[in-house]
Amino acid sequence: MATIDSKIPKGPLAQKWTNYKNHQKLVNPANKRKLDIIVVGTGLAGASAAASLGALGFNVLNFCIQDSPRRAHSIAAQGGINAAKNYQNDGDSVYRLFYDTIKGGDYRAREANVYRLAEVSNSIIDQCVAQGVPFAREYGGLLDNRSFGGAQVSRTFYAKGQTGQQLLLGAYSALSRQVNKGTVKLYTRYEMLDVVIIEGRARGIIARNLVTGKIERFFGHAVVIGTGGYGNTYFLSTNAMGSNGSAAMQIYRKGAYFANPCYAQIHPTCIPVHGDIQSKLTLMSESLRNDGRIWVPKKLEDAKAIQEGRKTANDIPDEDRDFYLERRYPAFGNLVPRDVASRAAKERCDKGFGVNNTGLAVFLDFKYAIQRLGKDVVAQKYGNLFQMYEKITDENPYEVPMKIFPAIHYTMGGIWVDYELMTSIPGLFAIGEANFSDHGANRLGASALMQGLADGYFVLPYTIQNYLADQIQVPRMSTDLPEFVEAEKGVQDKINKLMSIQGSESVDSIHKRLGHIMWEYVGMGRTKEGLETAMKKLKELKKEFWSNVYIPGEANTLNTELEKALRLSDFLEIGYLMAIDGYNRNESCGGHFREEYQTEEGEALRQDDQYSYVACWKYTGENSDPELLKEPLDYEETERKTRNYKN
Amino acid sequence: MGKEKELNITLKVWRQRGPQEKGAFETYQLEGISTESSFLEMLDVLNEKLVKERKEPVVFDHDCREGICGMCSLYINGHPHGKDQEVTTCQLHMRRFNDGDTITIEPWRSAAFPVIRDLMVDRSAFDKIMQAGGYTSVNTGGIPDANAIPIPKPVADEAMDAASCIGCGACVAACKNGSAMLFVSAKVSQLALLPQGKVEAAKRVKAMIAKMDELGFGNCTNTRACEAECPKAVSISNIARLNREFICAKLKD
Ligand SMILES: Cc1cc2nc3c(=O)[nH]c(=O)nc-3n(C[C@H](O)[C@H](O)[C@H](O)COP(=O)(O)OP(=O)(O)OC[C@H]3O[C@@H](n4cnc5c(N)ncnc54)[C@H](O)[C@@H]3O)c2cc1C
Ligand code: SF4
Ligand code: FES
Repeated sequence: MATIDSKIPKGPLAQKWTNYKNHQKLVNPANKRKLDIIVVGTGLAGASAAASLGALGFNVLNFCIQDSPRRAHSIAAQGGINAAKNYQNDGDSVYRLFYDTIKGGDYRAREANVYRLAEVSNSIIDQCVAQGVPFAREYGGLLDNRSFGGAQVSRTFYAKGQTGQQLLLGAYSALSRQVNKGTVKLYTRYEMLDVVIIEGRARGIIARNLVTGKIERFFGHAVVIGTGGYGNTYFLSTNAMGSNGSAAMQIYRKGAYFANPCYAQIHPTCIPVHGDIQSKLTLMSESLRNDGRIWVPKKLEDAKAIQEGRKTANDIPDEDRDFYLERRYPAFGNLVPRDVASRAAKERCDKGFGVNNTGLAVFLDFKYAIQRLGKDVVAQKYGNLFQMYEKITDENPYEVPMKIFPAIHYTMGGIWVDYELMTSIPGLFAIGEANFSDHGANRLGASALMQGLADGYFVLPYTIQNYLADQIQVPRMSTDLPEFVEAEKGVQDKINKLMSIQGSESVDSIHKRLGHIMWEYVGMGRTKEGLETAMKKLKELKKEFWSNVYIPGEANTLNTELEKALRLSDFLEIGYLMAIDGYNRNESCGGHFREEYQTEEGEALRQDDQYSYVACWKYTGENSDPELLKEPLDYEETERKTRNYKN
Repeated sequence: MGKEKELNITLKVWRQRGPQEKGAFETYQLEGISTESSFLEMLDVLNEKLVKERKEPVVFDHDCREGICGMCSLYINGHPHGKDQEVTTCQLHMRRFNDGDTITIEPWRSAAFPVIRDLMVDRSAFDKIMQAGGYTSVNTGGIPDANAIPIPKPVADEAMDAASCIGCGACVAACKNGSAMLFVSAKVSQLALLPQGKVEAAKRVKAMIAKMDELGFGNCTNTRACEAECPKAVSISNIARLNREFICAKLKD
């Protein structure tokens, strides 16, 4: 079996990153101009990387699907971003943020990466403030913080309920500045469709101009993938409609490992599903759990009455309400990590205590916060979220509790990268949600924004130089080289094949069926049998897709159905990878809950002796299962414990 | 929830193959649209139907579907993002319509936003204005501590209000002159309010205004249509601040 080298620097944990930076190779200013870097994605990760690399003097080509970099999915993040500033003097530190992240990830993340993440977190806040990000402030003029799940300190910085928007606009403005300076060239409404490998190194991409339909070739001395997560495999998720896993699958097919695909995060506070023409799910920020209390009726007959519309939440007296998170987890209460909160909601609903007509919802109640703090304070903190909720559901959360249910939200799994954020293909890097690093089996709230910006602003701009320093003699290559021609042909063949099927099923109808399979068998509670069923059904669905999908119009022009079909072809493969990975992992950890492995109280039961590794999947061909490679996880600093949020 | 009804509606949708081609309205009938669904989900149903009939779907921009990315951009019954206040098209719900309604859907119409296809327009002019100066000139790293400069809460809040612009372009579409002043003023204000942005305020406002003029946006004649249609309630007082900033900057020339 191939061994996996994660290139973790030597030395004590707290010194690794400093040591690395002290000894890495750098590229001198005159040479930077001669080096082209392709950055795919303009989310927090991609935009911050492109802007920083441009500012360093590299020649950057930056791609995104949307019409503007500012519209990347990161824009939708609501709640906040973590940093170990300890401005609240409540005992926070780099070590504590590191520790919380490792523990929150259920001991399935790499210690060295996580420590570095915690270490650079503070610089992110400084950077954003300098860009003019209007973070929330206290009356004294200093920055305000709130708490998020899985932490006992207040370390989350926020800008109303629009933190992602403000951080992305900050990165976008830095990016715009570089565009103006000529160091970054933007390619909006372009979609990467393959990576080009020359002599074993990533040297460019093939992308489709989404307006003209033209397939184009681009050279880069290095290629950076910052294309986000693959949550839309489930069709319904909180991700934006265009979020996709295609770039990850393209490079996987070219030899990059895909790590821990089964680790998907189900967010506990989303607006419940309303019907079958629903196109996406809306998240209600985790910050609401600071002041909202989650409950279902204690009595089954009350739950029934609510489900049938004979009673409402306000008819249930306090003593008949089951605040099940506070009951089960006294120490963290409503602020337990996401996976724990989601499973607890499922457990109640499975037992029949759900509170809407489908039985798939629990209450998130602000009555108590309004009593304690007053309506004005609650409105100040959560006004825009309440408004958003009311717009969607037509119910006023100041008067009746919100109804919420878990939904797919984030994917911890992703492209395998080493300490330098380089994939298993030299010269090919992955950043942000697209990579697998840092969050282990479960991500804590407000840590994705932190990771995306850490990768883009403070990690990649260093580590990529260690690679590029050896590339300064490599001239810009012609895109007429046979490798480019061949990659383009592969893309063209795939498109031609899709267009020629002319079957009878629309892309969305197949995607919805994929979503049902995933939610049913690879969702919140997984079993050996269920995963076997999933794999079988996914193979059938893939066959159906490739023989019966219908795409109207032509390929050589704007064609939104073709765009969706290309993405769906990859979601079908990812779904299978998720199932096979979940099947292999005979334990429960974080977002991966195998029903066979739980404690008597229903908590996740890890099998550290057997599964303390990163599962890296290697492509072996169109019709064979992938090969599993293992990167062992050694814990030097932290002692692995069963996560305990009770006391 | 629980008050779900089904609607039968008639849609008049603008269809146009490309920027140079002539467009026209097409009429479609839809039945059984749930009042719980969103406006864009209703269009999904239309597109699914068209695809089933082996026709090309209506092209429109959308992504987050929760009112924050600024991608959706429809002119619905004569109003950008529909006639409801403070919502984007993607946040509009079918419960706001009645059984039997006819709904007219057009793209943004403005010289600076050419139609790409059907309801999709090219708003890259906004990016170009931002590139002209919508930033603070700081490189990555070497930045003083975030709490080094306290900012009074009211100032931070006002900057945040200006910063909530989603760059959708409804203000331009609503304006009879096709002016981008509300959009530009939102960015100028946000940065002029904050100490970090003040340093370059004069240079920024001149550069952004010059770019706006160059790109073919019209002049502002204070009709306030932009403010009325802005889904994020960006206030027209930002335009007043922009004008002050601009005059001060010019006086210093
Ligand atoms: C509703 C919601 C709320 C959230 N709230 C929080 C929060 O409060 N705190 C937190 O820490 N995290 C939060 N998250 C998670 C966080 O927002 C994301 O994980 C993070 O923003 C991902 O950033 P990214 O840069 O990796 O990718 P994205 O922002 O998804 O960007 C992907 C980019 O890649 C481009 N792209 C994709 N494929 C291609 C292709 N083939 N070719 C060209 N371009 C391509 C896209 O156009 C886009 O520019 C939230 C997520 C959701 C869904
Ligand atoms: S000012 Fe308002 S209408 Fe104009 S782009 Fe910004 S959010 Fe849209
Ligand atoms: S789709 Fe994002 S704002 Fe409407």
